Amino acid sequence: MERLGNYESDLNLKATELRLGLPGRDEPEKQTTTTGVIIRSNKRASPEISQEYSRCNSNNSSVSDAANDDQDSAPPSKVQVVGWPPIRSYRKNTLQQKKNESDSAGMYVKVSMDGAPYLRKIDLKVYKCYPELLEALENMFKLTIGEYSEREGYNGSDYAPTYEDKDGDWMLVGDVPFDMFITSCKRLRIMKGSEARGLGSCV
Amino acid sequence: MNYCPDEVMEHVFDFITSHKDRNAVSLVCKSWYQIERSSRQKVFIGNCYAISPERVIERFPELKSLTLKGKPHFADFNLVPHDWGGFVYPWIEALANHRVGLEELRLKRMVVSDESLELLSKSFVNFKSLVLVSCEGFTTDGLAAIAANCRYLRELDLQENEVEDHKGHWISCFPESCTSLVSLNFACLKGEINLTALERLVARSPNLKSLRLNRAVPLEALQRILMRAPQLVDLGTGSFLHDPASEAYSKLKATLLKCNSIRTLSGFLEVSPRCLPAIYTVCQNLTSLNLSYAPGIHGNDMIKLIQHCRKLERLWILDCIGDKGLGVVASTCKELQELRVFPSDPYGVGNAAVTEEGLVAISAGCPKLHSLLYFCQQMTNAALITVAKNCSNFTRFRLCILDPTKPDPVTLQPLDEGFGAIVQSCKRLRRLSLSGLLTDQVFLYIGMYAEQLEMLSIAFAGDSDKGMLYVLNGCKNLRKLEIRDSPFGNKALSDDVGKYETMRSLWMSSCEVTLEGCKALAKNMPRLNVEIINEDDEVAPSSDDRQIVGKMYLYRTLVGPRKDAPWYVEIL
Repeated sequence: MERLGNYESDLNLKATELRLGLPGRDEPEKQTTTTGVIIRSNKRASPEISQEYSRCNSNNSSVSDAANDDQDSAPPSKVQVVGWPPIRSYRKNTLQQKKNESDSAGMYVKVSMDGAPYLRKIDLKVYKCYPELLEALENMFKLTIGEYSEREGYNGSDYAPTYEDKDGDWMLVGDVPFDMFITSCKRLRIMKGSEARGLGSCV
Repeated sequence: MNYCPDEVMEHVFDFITSHKDRNAVSLVCKSWYQIERSSRQKVFIGNCYAISPERVIERFPELKSLTLKGKPHFADFNLVPHDWGGFVYPWIEALANHRVGLEELRLKRMVVSDESLELLSKSFVNFKSLVLVSCEGFTTDGLAAIAANCRYLRELDLQENEVEDHKGHWISCFPESCTSLVSLNFACLKGEINLTALERLVARSPNLKSLRLNRAVPLEALQRILMRAPQLVDLGTGSFLHDPASEAYSKLKATLLKCNSIRTLSGFLEVSPRCLPAIYTVCQNLTSLNLSYAPGIHGNDMIKLIQHCRKLERLWILDCIGDKGLGVVASTCKELQELRVFPSDPYGVGNAAVTEEGLVAISAGCPKLHSLLYFCQQMTNAALITVAKNCSNFTRFRLCILDPTKPDPVTLQPLDEGFGAIVQSCKRLRRLSLSGLLTDQVFLYIGMYAEQLEMLSIAFAGDSDKGMLYVLNGCKNLRKLEIRDSPFGNKALSDDVGKYETMRSLWMSSCEVTLEGCKALAKNMPRLNVEIINEDDEVAPSSDDRQIVGKMYLYRTLVGPRKDAPWYVEIL
């Protein structure tokens, strides 16, 4: 038995040992799950396992910190454990497909502002409603766009957001339902000054 | 005992319909066994490997309806390899060979080939009903055979199956003479469907009560179909996407006004929230609503919709409804009995999820709630204790915290006390799924209080063998136990081996049982199949008995080791 021990340490048999679990990790020590749980899978190099994951001590609340992370910082890398969360593959695949469909397209449109030296681009798919979009534009160009009203367009500022639709016409942002706007908007233009006010007060 | 002719007993047994009761009746005495077996028409087999088709056929000569379940529950979550087993073909073959008058076949988690479907369609003249849940292995060609050959088909219900779609011609295979359809559900099919054939089929099916369409059926087609079938009770829409200003949409709205029998609504596989107002009138009478496949509907639109659903008894929804939305459910749906909240973004950072607040609100507002499946961002002991106080009627309680070992975020304690409160309060609890940080203590509570518990799912929980032992020793009615990634080993496994013959099955994966423990168990219990599943082909099975077993599935059986296991399954 001793010989075997020496033999093992010489040849580092551990590295070539056949065992269940991800390579490069010791046989899991499963004590004290209150302080740590090692998640394992039998599948080697499964695409679903992105990294090893060791749980923090419950005193160290980095778990809850991670969950409360500021939106600005990178989201905590989520380890995908096989079979967790426990939802049927059919459901998971269906949701994933829908997500891919809506993510992959990405709807980047050019945004020009009168007087600005260069254009910008934004992804329309990111916004769920007009206020979000307008806020983003306001931040991007450091201006105020004002309140939309059906009657008067955008009052309260010198700027009016407009877009070119599929027919090539320049339309005021906000008249049609947001989903419809998303599908018909080809580019955005933030009009300024008298031209903008003119657009709002005609019709 | 007074003399009572067999015919009288048979008549009495006609009123006994639940298979549990029927099984109990058959154990009373030989005479009752005989009477019962010769009159039983519906047979339920919870594990297709527990018995052989021949023995079932022999015992129940009047067999008309058969329900079979194949793979273990964790197969739903990719923990069981695809070709592990659960093939239905041998069953259909045996039924055909013995000329059973089969009328109904219900399968769950089984492998169904096109050949089986074809054989099924040609072997049973009076075949009326096929229900496939979470099955796989067939294509639309198999469906074409069913459509073409089952003359008196009433029900074709496909729920969440993985079907290889060879496009929509199968629906054209229903002959013109087929007018008997009552229920048709093909929502899980991914491919195109022949719309004209579908509409004509609906038009000649006056008894159609339940229709669930797939995504390929656009809104205009839905409108035409509803014109033909205003009597529908259960509707699953396909695509619900259109310009609300269009004529097609107004037509749909008008047609829906005539469909005042709809009580169950699902689908919206593709949806524009602007189109939802069309269903508001339908919502008023709904008892069951499934929006869990409609990720296009966001919180506020969902809330507006829910506010119309005052009679809802069952609700399946995505977590983008948010805690606020659940509050609206709580104040609107006073008749709610079953709630399922699914994750819309299972691997996401958790912006759109629900928390313990939503659940507490529901428990306070919905006194009739007894069945819950809840995927959430976090849970606290305090919340669970409150829920337990508000709702002591739970029969099914399944909680899934997306982060599997997350403690109570407020106290940083394990969730033992919370779940303890649930099992103590809910005396009729039959099914329980745990998650979150959990120690052996929770199992002590479960063993002590969960007397009616039949199914328990454990993941990433417990500290030692004691945990599992508390459950095995305490839960007298336990039928199915499934455990993953928990530190239970041979000591717990082998403590009371007789217990497993009182249960349907035990699943343990990524635990601490070794091959040695499993072999010892198998040796002592010939009426159990102990299966070791080693897909990782690097591992030579049985090389070292001290090695920890990756996946073990054991179940009671009357027919010994099965012969259809793939090479990587070792049956001890």
